Amino acid sequence: MKELFRLNVNGEDTDVAFEPYKTLLEVLREDLDLTGTKHGCELGECGACTVLLDGRPVMSCLYLAVEAQNKRIETVEGLADRGVPSALQTAFARTGGAQCGYCTPGVLMSATALLRENTHPSRDEIKEALAGNLCRCTGYIKIFDAVELAAVEITGPES
Amino acid sequence: MSSEKGTPLQSETSTFHAPSEPLAAHSSERTTQNFSVIGKRNLKYDWHAKLTGAAKYTDDLRLPRMIYGRLLRSPHPHARILRIDVSRARAMSGVFAVLTGKDLPIRYGILPSSQDETAMALEKVRYVGEAVAAVAAVDEWTAEEACNAIEVVYEPLQPVMSIDEALDPDSEKIHDWTKHANIQKNVLLEFGDLDEGFAEADRVFEDEYFFEGNTHVPMENHAALANWEPTGKVTVWSSTQTPHYLHRELARVLDLPPSRIRVIAPPVGGGFGGKSEAFSHELVAPVLSRLSGRPVLISLSREEVFYCHRGRHPVRMWIRTGVKSDGTITALDFKSTLDGGAYGSYGIATTYYTGALNTLPYRVPRYRFEGRRVFTNKPPCGPKRGHGTVQPRFAIEAHLDRIAGELGHDPAEMRKGMLVSPFSWTVNHLRVTSCGLPEAIDAVLERSGWREKHGHLPQGKGIGLACSVYLSGAGLPIYWNPMPHSGAQIKIDRGGGVTVYCGTSDIGQDSDSMLAYVVAEELGVDIGDIHLVTGDTSLAPVDLGSYSSRVTFMAGNAARQAASKLRAQLFQVAAARLDVPEARLGAAGGMIYDLEDTERQIPFAQAAQLAEAEFGTLGETGSYTPPKLAGPYKGSGVGPSPAYSFTCAVAEVDVDLETGILSIQKIWVAHDLGRALNPVVCEGQIEGGVYMGWAEAVIEEQVFRKGLHKQPSLLEYKIPTSLDMPDVDTTIIESIDPEGPFGAKEVGQGPLAPVIPAIANAVYDATGIRIDSTPIMADKVLRAIEMRRKQHAAAV
Amino acid sequence: MLRLNRFSYVAPGDLDGALALMEKHGQDAMLMAGGTDLLVNIKQRLATPALVVGIRELPELQGYSLDRGWLTLGASTRLCDIEHDPRIRMMYPALSDAAGLISAPQVRTVATLGGNICLDTRCNYYNQSQEWRRAIGFCMKKDSPICRVAPGGDRCWAVASADTVPVLISLRAETTVVGPSGIRRVPVESLYQDDGLVPLTLRFGEIVSSVHIPPPDTWTTEYAKFRLRQSFDFPLVGIAASVRRDPDGNIADARVVMTAVASYPERASGAESVLRGKPLSEESITTAGHAVFRQAKPMDNTAGSIFHRKRMARVLVERSLRHIAGLPERDARTA
Repeated sequence: MKELFRLNVNGEDTDVAFEPYKTLLEVLREDLDLTGTKHGCELGECGACTVLLDGRPVMSCLYLAVEAQNKRIETVEGLADRGVPSALQTAFARTGGAQCGYCTPGVLMSATALLRENTHPSRDEIKEALAGNLCRCTGYIKIFDAVELAAVEITGPES
Repeated sequence: MSSEKGTPLQSETSTFHAPSEPLAAHSSERTTQNFSVIGKRNLKYDWHAKLTGAAKYTDDLRLPRMIYGRLLRSPHPHARILRIDVSRARAMSGVFAVLTGKDLPIRYGILPSSQDETAMALEKVRYVGEAVAAVAAVDEWTAEEACNAIEVVYEPLQPVMSIDEALDPDSEKIHDWTKHANIQKNVLLEFGDLDEGFAEADRVFEDEYFFEGNTHVPMENHAALANWEPTGKVTVWSSTQTPHYLHRELARVLDLPPSRIRVIAPPVGGGFGGKSEAFSHELVAPVLSRLSGRPVLISLSREEVFYCHRGRHPVRMWIRTGVKSDGTITALDFKSTLDGGAYGSYGIATTYYTGALNTLPYRVPRYRFEGRRVFTNKPPCGPKRGHGTVQPRFAIEAHLDRIAGELGHDPAEMRKGMLVSPFSWTVNHLRVTSCGLPEAIDAVLERSGWREKHGHLPQGKGIGLACSVYLSGAGLPIYWNPMPHSGAQIKIDRGGGVTVYCGTSDIGQDSDSMLAYVVAEELGVDIGDIHLVTGDTSLAPVDLGSYSSRVTFMAGNAARQAASKLRAQLFQVAAARLDVPEARLGAAGGMIYDLEDTERQIPFAQAAQLAEAEFGTLGETGSYTPPKLAGPYKGSGVGPSPAYSFTCAVAEVDVDLETGILSIQKIWVAHDLGRALNPVVCEGQIEGGVYMGWAEAVIEEQVFRKGLHKQPSLLEYKIPTSLDMPDVDTTIIESIDPEGPFGAKEVGQGPLAPVIPAIANAVYDATGIRIDSTPIMADKVLRAIEMRRKQHAAAV
Repeated sequence: MLRLNRFSYVAPGDLDGALALMEKHGQDAMLMAGGTDLLVNIKQRLATPALVVGIRELPELQGYSLDRGWLTLGASTRLCDIEHDPRIRMMYPALSDAAGLISAPQVRTVATLGGNICLDTRCNYYNQSQEWRRAIGFCMKKDSPICRVAPGGDRCWAVASADTVPVLISLRAETTVVGPSGIRRVPVESLYQDDGLVPLTLRFGEIVSSVHIPPPDTWTTEYAKFRLRQSFDFPLVGIAASVRRDPDGNIADARVVMTAVASYPERASGAESVLRGKPLSEESITTAGHAVFRQAKPMDNTAGSIFHRKRMARVLVERSLRHIAGLPERDARTA
């Protein structure tokens, strides 16, 4: 049976009813209509469902929504600020970091978490941070380029 | 089973002399002109939707009152179905409809010559994962429980799990019509006198190779949403590369007039060939919708996608080549045996493709090809990126590397001396137009430091090279018809907005962007003024689909033709208004202007209004039909293309001789794509192709154990992660094809193929060991190293 | 979408509450910390609990403390913290390395140390969907009397696959286990038994609440993992090697632990005895490598081949010991 919970998603408190056995992925997509978060395996093996919980990337397919109460949940829909894309989104647009676009929301969330912690990540640090996001189109290269470009856009070139 | 009568043709033989007349090289128009859109690093048409979560893929769609479908799949690789009892499932609360094979008995198949599938199994199941029954229920939990409540009684049959078993005359027949064992098809093509060629040769080389099967693994699992309206119309949204072919298959299997069916391909989360034909869930969802009176979504699990498969065929290959002492080929004899899995799929075409492009990119004066495809009790194989050409390319390029070594030639220089000429014909009647391969080879040699490295690196380090070729679209459609392969329709509104309608399916290759760039360039408008309606069989003209790297060439030409007709109308009214001859007008940046006095100009939107006043509603169509290129022999339909792309790749590897582990230091690739309509998109396609080729070369394999897929998950089927990806150095070569849109050829598939033999050749350079099968996994390398060590020890 | 089975969920406020729930609901209830292993198993119907007891937030399972050189970590310590916390990395770099080699970054932010310790054994006949397992007739570990790896045998060969555990054993770590009959202190090594079916010696309802690691003193430890990809993958073989040298440079004690080659984290006793009392030299290292090669007996139930995994076990132990010894990497080109 559904119960009513309060979740904080992209800065907004939302009251939503769901069953305790639903994952955060399912609640975001099916009960909150936030279908930007994707799913490629539902077993924690691809990273397409990555969202941020209190700023840290997690696989939303392996996280019970009930356990996401009292945490800040961020999804791809929350990256743009009043319609203005984030520097990372803009960088992805410029480097062509999205092809089919299906892994992209998850990649953006992992990279967002990285750039908040590390404003000038090295190529190797970027690879580490994205090691849980499978992409089948790009060979990752334009994704790495995008994160590097975003870092420069956000804070300027490293002195 | 190639003939329409259903009786199998076991072999076809054709012998021809090489057509000799060279093609005239003709220069492309506007090659030197400055473009305003083409060639620029523009943003993609759909960048915003794909970076904000706004893009709605099939499984993201929600319709009011939507319910969920699920397929029950076979647990047996080979079994007769004795009985299916759905009564318990049907009686469950929350279950709306249950179907079995008998409800949809019409056979179909993507090729007219192999109509051997049904939406769900009828009398037999032929692989683990084949659909047997389907349910629609209020939610996915109930659907799962309903599937568990269906009782199927099987009589297991001996499964046939390998090429050798399939060739065994005593093996259990998978399809009862095959004449010899489980051989689906034999093909034999011969061009020129092979005996003469081998007699002319200074040396004759013979090798065998095996290419392991692998699969596409798009990040988005297949899904279909169907809504059967009470009026008798049905709409199917599906994650498909080929909405037009799905439309045809739906009409056939549902026994419904095609005019009542609408197929929509929303953004597709990757395809790579794996979503190029109709699948059970797409055929079943509309019927479940009709029976339940509700929209039905069937979203496959990752495991089910491994059962859909249609990926790279495992192929066993034999090659014999006569060469002059300089490496020039005097005769090439090639045999392939394909492990097709349980059904035909594209397999007959794949079989031909393992032979069709082997006469490129090197001069082959005499050529013989013998191919056969066998059935096995595994998910059907089909087209994966580079369809059927990737396996023989591995064999040929590894074989040539050995020949070069034994003849004492540099493998790159030897290849350069053997290349076909631009604007020429091959012995098997392939027409070559533009060819930038010499420039591509030089580029990677230069950038990789090949001359300093090859043969000179220390033990354990090596460098290898290979070339390849691919189609810019198949010259013939899947089903014979004289209609265009691609159509586009453009309308211009009074505000200057331009809407393009085209049946293309954007699977991440950025075909939407391509259409926008081509039309924006032709009409001189901003990309932001372009609106697209694509992937919709009711709203847009037919495009055959996103396969065989055909979309840029064909849909691009169709859209350009439609745009140029409108351009002519606009120029006519603009010329009158500006009092300038039409020939002196240009269009860019939303203006139509005098080329000699650019201040004399008129805004595009104003010209549109003048044109509408003059001609009525502004709308035009464009079509593209490839030139008739098929040679006069049976089987010539596979191989011809209006243009070929060419690629050269160099790979540098480190082999850890203690562990066998390969680490790829870098891959250099140069690809002749005619013209880069947007270099960002083209580089992305090349890098993605290199990635996929490298993965097939070293890690990916689709293997079976005890009749089951051994690893139907993303954890165990190893697609590489960001930490595994090697560096790639990409060079774009522009040969400006005379027939491509703005000179463009393909880029989506070609760059994959040479990477695999380049790595194999690099492993040889590093270790002196030739690995003649894929994937070149560490285990295999280490076994070879140990065996050599033992042989050396024994010799001492 | 793969769904969880329909279960109830309770997150008790303290450890006693959790123990009471387990006692009340018995086998119908399952404990869940990070959930990154359990939820996968539930989706594959390897487990179908009626009640999931969330213990991630239990206060008794949190914390980091140092007492007389012993480090105590709450069982809920996340793997990403073990990977990145400079205090842990400074003292036990091999433990941080092992944690950082587990799965993917987005799993390590959620998965816990206690969860990795209690990780279910794995087998590629077992870690499959219900449909797949049904097709092969299920296996001994779930719903069948027959082990598909060795069908004639009478045991389950599922593989211990945790990365932190071999390191913890090599470090001589202990755990606090809380259960219905009280609290006990158990060496990590004693938590395991050679049984793929029931790999843990914990009694029903017992909870690993914290992990205690003795001071590193003069021990030097390395962890090396072999897998086919550099992320996501479980170990195909993992080697933790700990060495304590006496002042004259000889090996006073050695602890070598293998993971992913047996149903439990296996001490490489042959290698350990070979090393003890000897200098850490080319010769002793080669001999130890050979001992590991002979002892490691992987079965064909993970990715990779037995041939390769056995050889990788030798190479990993040799390379770890060479690194500890400060010996240059062997020139692989002459190998």
